[in-house]
Amino acid sequence: MLDQSFYDKADEIISAHGKGKESLIPIMQDIQAVYRYIPPELLSYVAKNIGITEAKAYSVATFYENFSFDQKGKYVIKVCDGTACHVRKGTEILARLYKELDLSDSKRTTDDMMFTVETVSCLGACGLAPVMTINDTVHPAMTPDKVTEAIGKIREGEK
Amino acid sequence: MDYMTIDGIKVPLEGEKNILSLIRKAGIDIPTFCYHSDLSIYGACRMCMVEDDRGKMFASCSEQPRAGMVIHTNTKKLQQYRKLIIELLLSTHCRDCTTCTKNGMCELQSLAYRVGVHSVRFENKKEELPIDMSSNCIVRDPNKCILCGDCVRTCAENQGIGAIDFAHRGSKMQIMPAFGKNICDTDCVGCGQCAVVCPTAAISIRTNVTEVWDAIEDPNKRVVAQIAPAVRVAVGDKFNIPKGENSMGKLVKALRIMGFDEVYDTNFGADLTVMEEAKEFAERLESGEKLPLFTSCCPGWVKFCENRYPEFAGNVSTCRSPMSMFSPVIKEYFADKDAKEGKQTYIVAIMPCTAKKDEILRPDNHTNGRQDTDIVITTQEIIRMIKQVGIKFETLESEACDTPFSMASGGASIFGITGGVTEAVLRHLSEDKDHATLESIKYSGIRGKEGFKEATVSMGDRQIRIAVVHGLKNTSDLLENIKAGKAEYDFVEVMACRRGCILGGGQPVPMGPTTRTARMNGIYQVDQLSSIRYTDENPFLERVWEDVIKGKEHELLHRAR
Repeated sequence: MLDQSFYDKADEIISAHGKGKESLIPIMQDIQAVYRYIPPELLSYVAKNIGITEAKAYSVATFYENFSFDQKGKYVIKVCDGTACHVRKGTEILARLYKELDLSDSKRTTDDMMFTVETVSCLGACGLAPVMTINDTVHPAMTPDKVTEAIGKIREGEK
Repeated sequence: MDYMTIDGIKVPLEGEKNILSLIRKAGIDIPTFCYHSDLSIYGACRMCMVEDDRGKMFASCSEQPRAGMVIHTNTKKLQQYRKLIIELLLSTHCRDCTTCTKNGMCELQSLAYRVGVHSVRFENKKEELPIDMSSNCIVRDPNKCILCGDCVRTCAENQGIGAIDFAHRGSKMQIMPAFGKNICDTDCVGCGQCAVVCPTAAISIRTNVTEVWDAIEDPNKRVVAQIAPAVRVAVGDKFNIPKGENSMGKLVKALRIMGFDEVYDTNFGADLTVMEEAKEFAERLESGEKLPLFTSCCPGWVKFCENRYPEFAGNVSTCRSPMSMFSPVIKEYFADKDAKEGKQTYIVAIMPCTAKKDEILRPDNHTNGRQDTDIVITTQEIIRMIKQVGIKFETLESEACDTPFSMASGGASIFGITGGVTEAVLRHLSEDKDHATLESIKYSGIRGKEGFKEATVSMGDRQIRIAVVHGLKNTSDLLENIKAGKAEYDFVEVMACRRGCILGGGQPVPMGPTTRTARMNGIYQVDQLSSIRYTDENPFLERVWEDVIKGKEHELLHRAR
């Protein structure tokens, strides 16, 4: 069961966008902006409130890669695996992240809920390849060592 | 008049909404998976593609006809196109046709044959997904889904439920309830309309045929069949009997050959329902409480009301459905004989309905903790059983049901169609039991295929306001109107399936416009040919009431509170 504050927040977001079915995507985006994921209970709550079925809301939410029902870490790292980043060894960046954080393709978030690593198809910064973002901060021309450094810096700051 | 040319045939435009309808009018059976005339147009399956005289291809279901158009439905290019689509569908589809429940009735199978797919070049690399057996009514097997979306649209558009929808995308796309939940954890009412439109066995009826054979084999069981009103006009569909013809006599004979000990007519149960429901209605009119009275024969509706409109649950009649009233009466009737012979009466209800499979398990339909109806099989399942035995159904001689539960009024027989319950109750409540009364009720506005019907009839010095609704989306609309105070009624009949039980989820498919009309006419014919049209004229009713029911009305005929 989610805390009441989640539902209050959802109410606030719903009233900002209106109760039509066309508000579903903006509402989901706002919820994800607040919590970095969409709590499944909230999706059901939103569906009921804007007059669509839970199955339809789930259908829309799963259509877009961007929406997630899994809770994410405090730092969401997106590694670009688009063509330009891929040929400039973006996979090595990902490999180092996995090694540093003990993650894998099936385990995306660290147990302490600090880091989530995702791959994306293109960040639109091909000139800076290989590129990754940490919570919307762009890290250009990455190397595996720069990954270790960046992670270390965050860990230091969190101490 | 405007014309267009289809495969060289000139076809007049008479207001058809799409080219597909015109092609069918021209006598060409263009294949489709995702087109159903009473659902929105989806245009996903691409089977109905046609080519115009400039070589442009488009889907005929989603294209408006225009005067002077020239199209072809079967060019080489189209043939190859359709073949490739089927081949691609099969590339990720389970190919265990011989052991599939839909074997011989599957549209994918028959179209693959029709377009000439003899081998599939692609290896099936799709991982096997779990089958959802959680519902008592339907089975969902995602491995057999071709993503035509027919079930999704039926559930949302006709039934207003939307228990399932597309989820994920691309090769991972599936049709499922939200968050991959089990069907039993959704608002599904078990009406089975999704299974009706499903071209494959992705959604199928949960079958209970084995249990019935086991019971027949068991010497300690007295196996009793009861046959619902809508079954008799549909069971002949698969035996070359004209659509809508009453095959009750043949069905009775077939059941006896199969080894049933007693064969009864659920219409007798419907007569019991008329008596009890009319009584309840008169009481509520008297007291003015809990009006409108909603009928309770349809388990899909009862569940829908509980799920979505619990505020109206108290208005639903406490009467059990005809099937669920009839079973305890039969068990009571045989109680002494069973004890003496050391037997156990086992009741098999043959129903047009998938939701009945769930109804029998509901404790409020049990008598002192005993499940009254032991098993429900649908019309489709009884057809399968008849075919298993190899009975030549169409050549059978007709036989009557066993007494005392053989005779029923015409009013009971029309329970299988929208407006029928209301008509029977009105007949029962009317003071004059003559032909003129029958006619005036017939034309009061409660018959017909419109999703929502209204009528006002006078009863004594009172005007009774009646609504008849079928299809759960129509029902939602009506309930919203009642809630908003825009409409007020005394009596509301609800059937979850459109047109009522004749198009129930367990009935043989296809159920196109011709079948619908034929079944409707068939049901009214049964009524018309009954020598008894009014419930209270059923001579066996009084006898059974005296011998079996008297003093136990509440525990046998009503839902437990």
